[in-house]
Amino acid sequence: MVTLTIDNRPVQVPEGTTILQAAQSAGISIPHLCYLKDVNEIAACRVCCVEVEGERAMVTACNSPVREGMVVHTNSPRARRTRRTNVELILSQHDCKCATCVRSGNCQFQTIANDLGILSVPYETQLPKGLRGAWTTTFPLYHDYNKCIKCMRCVQICDKVQSLSIWDVAGTGGRTMVDVSNNRVIKDSDCALCGQCITHCPVGGLRERDDTQKAFAALADPDKITVVQVAPAVRTAWGEYFGLSREEATMERMAACLRRLGFDYVFDTNFSADLTIMEEGNEFLHRLKSGGLTRWPMFTSCCPGWVRFLKGQYPELTGQLSTSKSPQQMFGSVTKSWFAKKLGVEPEQICCVSIMPCVAKKAECELPSMTTGHGPDVDMVLTTRELVRMLRADQISPASMPEEALDSPLGTHTGAGAIFGATGGVMEAALRTASYVLTGENPDPDAFAAVRTGPGLREVTYEIADIPVRCAVVSGLGNARQLIEQLKAGKVHYDFVEVMACPGGCVGGGGQPISVEDEERYGVRGERLYHLDKANPMRFSHENPDVQTLYEEFLGQPLSEKAEELLHTDHMAWNMPSQA
Amino acid sequence: MSRLSIEVPGRAQTVLGGLQRDMERRINASQPGLCPVDMSLNFLRLCHAQTCGKCVPCRVGLNQLAVLIERVLDRTAALEDIDLIENTAQVIADSADCAIGYEAAHMVLKGVRGFREDYEEHVLHGRCICGLSHPVPCVSTCPAHVDIPGYVALVHEGRYEDAVRLIRKDNPFVSACAYVCEHPCESQCRRRMVDDAVNICGLKRYAVDHSQPMKAPARAEATGKTVAIIGGGPGGLTAAYYLSLMGHDVTVYEQRPKLGGMLRYGIPDYRLPQEVLDRDIAHILSAGIKVHTGVSIGKDLTMDEIQTSFDAVYIAIGAHNDKKLGLEGEEAQNVISAVALLRNVGDGEAPDFTGKRVCVVGGGNVSMDATRTALRLGAERVTCVYRRRVEDMTALAEEIEEAMAEGCQILPLQAPTRIEADAEGKVAALWTRPQLIGAYGRDGRPRPGDADAKEFRIPCDYVIVAIGQAIEAQAFEKVGVTTSRGAIQADHTSSVPGVDNVFAGGDAVSGPATVIRAVAAGKVAAANIDNYLGFDHKIRSEVEIPPAHFTNTPPCGRVNLKSHAHPGCQGDFSLVVEGMTQEEAHQESSRCLRCDHFGFGSFKGGRNTEW
Repeated sequence: MVTLTIDNRPVQVPEGTTILQAAQSAGISIPHLCYLKDVNEIAACRVCCVEVEGERAMVTACNSPVREGMVVHTNSPRARRTRRTNVELILSQHDCKCATCVRSGNCQFQTIANDLGILSVPYETQLPKGLRGAWTTTFPLYHDYNKCIKCMRCVQICDKVQSLSIWDVAGTGGRTMVDVSNNRVIKDSDCALCGQCITHCPVGGLRERDDTQKAFAALADPDKITVVQVAPAVRTAWGEYFGLSREEATMERMAACLRRLGFDYVFDTNFSADLTIMEEGNEFLHRLKSGGLTRWPMFTSCCPGWVRFLKGQYPELTGQLSTSKSPQQMFGSVTKSWFAKKLGVEPEQICCVSIMPCVAKKAECELPSMTTGHGPDVDMVLTTRELVRMLRADQISPASMPEEALDSPLGTHTGAGAIFGATGGVMEAALRTASYVLTGENPDPDAFAAVRTGPGLREVTYEIADIPVRCAVVSGLGNARQLIEQLKAGKVHYDFVEVMACPGGCVGGGGQPISVEDEERYGVRGERLYHLDKANPMRFSHENPDVQTLYEEFLGQPLSEKAEELLHTDHMAWNMPSQA
Repeated sequence: MSRLSIEVPGRAQTVLGGLQRDMERRINASQPGLCPVDMSLNFLRLCHAQTCGKCVPCRVGLNQLAVLIERVLDRTAALEDIDLIENTAQVIADSADCAIGYEAAHMVLKGVRGFREDYEEHVLHGRCICGLSHPVPCVSTCPAHVDIPGYVALVHEGRYEDAVRLIRKDNPFVSACAYVCEHPCESQCRRRMVDDAVNICGLKRYAVDHSQPMKAPARAEATGKTVAIIGGGPGGLTAAYYLSLMGHDVTVYEQRPKLGGMLRYGIPDYRLPQEVLDRDIAHILSAGIKVHTGVSIGKDLTMDEIQTSFDAVYIAIGAHNDKKLGLEGEEAQNVISAVALLRNVGDGEAPDFTGKRVCVVGGGNVSMDATRTALRLGAERVTCVYRRRVEDMTALAEEIEEAMAEGCQILPLQAPTRIEADAEGKVAALWTRPQLIGAYGRDGRPRPGDADAKEFRIPCDYVIVAIGQAIEAQAFEKVGVTTSRGAIQADHTSSVPGVDNVFAGGDAVSGPATVIRAVAAGKVAAANIDNYLGFDHKIRSEVEIPPAHFTNTPPCGRVNLKSHAHPGCQGDFSLVVEGMTQEEAHQESSRCLRCDHFGFGSFKGGRNTEW
């Protein structure tokens, strides 16, 4: 243990603790901006500078370890002046129009500047002019050079956690900025669109392409029947902004809110998650039995960030992806076929909207392979954050909303569908149904719980009807890369591998609400999904009565010709820029 | 009022003078990879601040050039603006009244012509082509990319064995380099922005002088692949060392009786004692390498045999042949080449120069080695004849100083014209033509030309020629290795085009260079041969680096090593330069700014723990 003094108070912490952590443990807060624990400890913003007795210059609290007997002052006149001036300097190169910023009220920089009571900045505003400040408006990921404070967190998240290195510093001297690496433009890059750079941006430098106005326009169109689906992970996080507990922020309360916004039908992606299990589970058994998985496993394909990653980095393995569409896209194709028929309307009359914890879904719904002669199966994707913005725009207060049932038939779901939103969930749901298919009876619904909790690699081999099934689950693209390298080197062999691009799965998705305290929330959100699973009387996808009806009335059997046409896709039908 | 007074500079001018010296050091310490357009803009601004304001091209033109280049950097310029920059700069160069204007314009012109593609990249895409390859200046300027901040910190902690272990991850010739490395790492040391470069090489010497011998790390599992290394010099043995650690079966063929190459047969003992070199070689051989000395490829074995019996071959034969002056009388007795002289000394067959007068021709490091060796072999007088000025000599400044301190004469601006022989055919004198230093050549150095003066006769008994080295490559050409301008053709990955399993590097490819460049080439070859053989072994170090201090030390003088160069060193081959004291090493190591931790290092990773 090391004993030191911070602001005249004795503090004792283990050796190796940083000054910042030591101060935190003593209830002393040191403002900081670029610091992101274990990912970005580069002391770039110089906001966390403190005065250490005996040192000539100021010391950064975020990356300096404590020393025995050191005396630290976090609020000495010199520390105050340093902090204030450095914040003012960052402000001089930041577009401070907070009123028109998506992160207003959820911005670390705004909070620090406000807390310091900076009412005017003595320096000239310097923002990149003309084309140097321009970014494409059509790509699902939006980078604002004027708001970026060059904290480098996005660079580091993409390098260290996601292993894609999309971002880097570009330019030199005063013109240094964060831009797409290797002098590429974002559209030509192999960005997976996981959105982790967005959720780890302390300011509004990164966000999703805003589609809320397009959604409002569709809701206002009298000729459109608006159908909305909500992904499982959204219900674990949408209440965070409104101060609702996870227990209060139910799917049913959200249904009431969505109806107030004007949606005609409120459905659940959990339904199509159950449908995905019927197709993907049977596809897996088919590929396993036909000997198609001896060298390479079957990879899940419901995460579009992962699909983009695999196609961009290991295009030769594209054929190992399950051909089953993701729940979002299955929902879209069922809506525009079976449901349109049920309503007796043309598919073109339906506007299919999804609320997703994800940025990559915006690109997925635009793929040429996800479109029919009737147009795209899913017309637009809104992130959880965009949903929150729409509710705020219409002054809808979820706390005062009743809980309302979802619409039928695409609103019915099982617990197996719900856990899709957490890492390991797809695998677990698939194993539950695969086990039923192979043995003819339901296993204990918690029999495959060993694949839960991430985001690192979990490997389990299950004996199902005397067939050993070697499973692996991983989330985060850096972890996924490691797993693929191991597979390529022949060091590991699996039959079935689930990959989610975001650490912790969709609950930690790039479209989810952002913690201004840099808290990683995938753990608590994931627990909520497992709670919903446990609380659901139906825990097997094959027991979903509306899924059963869909097969009886329309599709026939899983993997039938009709199912192949509507629920499966050709991953080779499009290319990542690096494949062009 | 008095008619005249003595002028003393005002306080502002005195302070400015200091700032100018600071700035000069700072520019010299610029890290590699800076944007050339941004740098030229700021040089131009400095130039413009020097204008007196009298003339239009300089007062107005330089400013407009700065505005245009600024537009390029702001991406508000068009491609035609680059032409406008070039044309304007040309007019300023042609019409400015004094050097303040036309030299500034020349600088812009050199840039816009020399790196036009950088200008275009900024105009078209708002980006730089350049980029920092490694964030730590000393590590990036060291050809072998040794972890310098790491070992300097270890020396500071007194962990000398760990320092040596860390260096060996990238350079197995740690002791040799501690004595004779030309230390390019110090040239851009960021400490120069504060006061002066850290004495990196001196600290390395302190570490090697104070650590115990150790065994090579454990080898990787045997791969069953065989590699032949031709040449047991620093490059060949470096490749051999790493390839052996990677688990390959390595055999070294050396034509001389002992290993070490130019380190043994080119560098005299007073700079690098044999036992110091032997320490490195002993460590390298402890990695399990087979050695055949006294084997000459082309005589004792053919290259074809080697190529077919090994999975891969690395040619690292160095450049051991001499170059001829091409002068009348060169065939006279007692005209010898510097490489031959130094090689004979290395073999213990030193000639006796007692009472003789010796002329050495050439101005490089080999010439200094020959000059000082001749003195030690008893020469009564040694004269180094060079056709340019002393400041144009390519030898290290300290080598020249030490040679002069030992009593050698340097005779600059004399071009040898012929060698006069006596009746017995022995050297009697060297005739030279006095030279006039003149205009700058394409290489950026001023060229000498014949002065209007009489030929000059230097009576002497020996002429030692040190004007460059060549390679002997016929044996390798038989298997398809090609040479051009006296160097083996190999690419930057050290593979030899068109010859499948043959790699080459070091002096034989680059021309005579330094130990550390040969080591770097050996490292590159080891990595690429490993890949060629179908592996991806990593060389790593487990040494933990001490954490950086919080804030840096105030300006502090650099500790230089003390030289014992003195007249009367005849017969004395003992070490000339003394290492640091413990006190000096402790202070000097505290001067390191730890660029691995501060600045760009903490962002992009100041350390490669493996390669």
